[in-house]
Amino acid sequence: MMRLRQIATTLMAALREIFDESAYMRFLSRNQICSSPRAYAAFLREQENAKARRPKCC
Amino acid sequence: MTKSIRILTWLGLAVLGALALGTIALHRGEEINAMWLVVAAFCAYALGYRFYSRFISAKVLALDARRATPAERLEDGRDFVPTNKWVLFGHHFAAIAGPGPLVGPVLAAQFGYLPGTLWILIGAVFGGCVQDFVILLFSVRRDGKSLTEMAREEIGIVGGFVAYAAVISIIVILLGAGALIVVNALKASPWGVFTIAMTIPIAVFMGFYLRHLRPGKVLEVSFLGFIFVMLAIWGGQWVSQTPAVAPWFTLTAPTLAVIIIIYGFAASALPVWLLLAPRDYLSTFVKLGTIALLALGIVALRPTLQMPPLTRFVDGSGPIFAGKIFPFAFITIACGAISGFHSLISSGTTPKLIRRELETRMVGYGAMMCESMVAILATIAACVLSPGTYFAINSPAGIVGQSPEAATATISGWGFPVTAAGMHALAQAVGEQTLFNRTGGAPAFAVGMAHIFSSSLGGQAVMAIWYHFAIMFEALFILTVLDAGTRVGRFMVQDALSHVWRPLGRTGWYPSILATSALIVAAWGSFLWQGVKDPLGGINSLWPLFGICNQLLATVALCVATTIIVKMGNAKYSPVTLAPLAWLVAVTFTASWHKVFDPNPRIGFLAHARQLASSTAPSHGVSRLIFNDRLDAAVAGALVCMVALILLESISLWVSVISGRMQARVREAPFVPTRFAAEEQG
Repeated sequence: MMRLRQIATTLMAALREIFDESAYMRFLSRNQICSSPRAYAAFLREQENAKARRPKCC
Repeated sequence: MTKSIRILTWLGLAVLGALALGTIALHRGEEINAMWLVVAAFCAYALGYRFYSRFISAKVLALDARRATPAERLEDGRDFVPTNKWVLFGHHFAAIAGPGPLVGPVLAAQFGYLPGTLWILIGAVFGGCVQDFVILLFSVRRDGKSLTEMAREEIGIVGGFVAYAAVISIIVILLGAGALIVVNALKASPWGVFTIAMTIPIAVFMGFYLRHLRPGKVLEVSFLGFIFVMLAIWGGQWVSQTPAVAPWFTLTAPTLAVIIIIYGFAASALPVWLLLAPRDYLSTFVKLGTIALLALGIVALRPTLQMPPLTRFVDGSGPIFAGKIFPFAFITIACGAISGFHSLISSGTTPKLIRRELETRMVGYGAMMCESMVAILATIAACVLSPGTYFAINSPAGIVGQSPEAATATISGWGFPVTAAGMHALAQAVGEQTLFNRTGGAPAFAVGMAHIFSSSLGGQAVMAIWYHFAIMFEALFILTVLDAGTRVGRFMVQDALSHVWRPLGRTGWYPSILATSALIVAAWGSFLWQGVKDPLGGINSLWPLFGICNQLLATVALCVATTIIVKMGNAKYSPVTLAPLAWLVAVTFTASWHKVFDPNPRIGFLAHARQLASSTAPSHGVSRLIFNDRLDAAVAGALVCMVALILLESISLWVSVISGRMQARVREAPFVPTRFAAEEQG
């Protein structure tokens, strides 16, 4: 049971990383702000350059 | 587990793998179960990972558990973040998995299931996984530097320039070939067009939801987006069956090409949050789910392969693409075996997130094994179809004939029985008007996937839903690559043009954005247009060109890797990267030679141009085709010349270092001990 919970936690963490939720959390904690439309807009601005320069693989 | 039990387990796995490989290689004249391919792949990857990657880690690269990675040394909570290895494994796999491992194996199945399967397994274990692993580690030891930066620093200025040119060429040709696959999958398909069209408002909704309603809740909105996409698939059936609405979404190939070109331009110029980012999330969500579903479906249903191990087309006369197994099977299947594109990912985000140096093995080598497994699943999806059906879907009208009767007569004449009535019934079952001449691999994959699932989940009644789900999945996937690729290409062109005139490099300056977006879209759009107008279906020329580009990029990556290994003083272990490099040089240079100079007009671009010039009266359309052939020949020739340059520069460097004429100097970041080792021990 413990092992299953561990697997589920890791899977969710992987999904949060893939879908940039973790990156947003890090952004909030780095800037010590709470989640809001304004904070997310700032996060997207920061992400924009890096994300748009990342090639999608074939 | 005691040592003797471990040895027995690995011996058992080796015997099982040999048995599975023997079964798929030696069975002739009778159908085999797809599980043999899955078992052979599982055993090959397990043995490759346990023994070969471990050898590379210990002897060739000497991974150092005490050395801090850039994620630890340069941690900034943004680009450099020490990340759990399993989380990073998923992240890296999601980044390298694209449409390539699904399309290439489907096209290469024209040779039978055997050549593709063997190349996927051998190519991945000894080539692709090694490339991804080694480049990842070398990037980690250089503060996460990119492949082009490593090529410039370790080989020389020519190396850097060639890597840059190879990257931009591969992006342009990939986008042209990808867009052509989407056009061929959606032409005359109101259901498919409606579903894909609906993903644009869905993505815009997701963008607004994320920005204004529930900031940062990406998983939640991706799930919502997925539900809307499923509703769009369901609605597509209504659209296709409603005479008043269906014609709006029944589009010809040229119309679709124009729409996709306009879409590509818009996606490159619009803000990322509005379209690109939400589509990316939606596509990733659907991609991971579909791959998992396909894997589960094949393992649970264990379908039988209808395709023979080898077909008569091993002689080079294949209808889907012309050319013999060597070299064409090895450039057709790139991403599932070895893909140069992966080296960009391995030297991109991933090296900045690796927590421990030892974890590069699992992330680099391991994620590529999973990608290779996806290619095996695609092979299975194509080979569960009867060969007659497979060739009827994938063969262009220019080869098999325009009418269903002519096509079925030609294909049946090859020894693969198929009837016009049978194809009509299949088209009706999947909700299409016709399945003939649906070149590009995506429709055949979709029919194969629908065939596998409809035999248990919902039966024939939902075959059309499964088919359009698979088409939506591939088209969404490719369009995401297309909009992201156009933007990446735009940034690369802006970077290059900034050396000519600095304002052109400003990524926020709209005149520059519009001009460079137009330049990139025009480049891949011209390849797309050429494919649409090609009577041989376009894939015959574009996919091999894409394969050549991709494998040439892998050649560049392996040149960089071998150079670093030699400079590290490990020349005796250089065959680890030198062997796949030599193979790729043989494959890509031979393939390029054939594509440019082969006297067969179905293979050689120049021979095809000569045939067109001599056999028809000159017209604008023919002149355009002749120009396209010459352009393709020039692109292939130029790429080979550039890669030959980097190869010669590398060889000269290796000889100088090994002979002692040059003192080797690797440009690794200085050693800093990791704090994680002490934390783990404590």
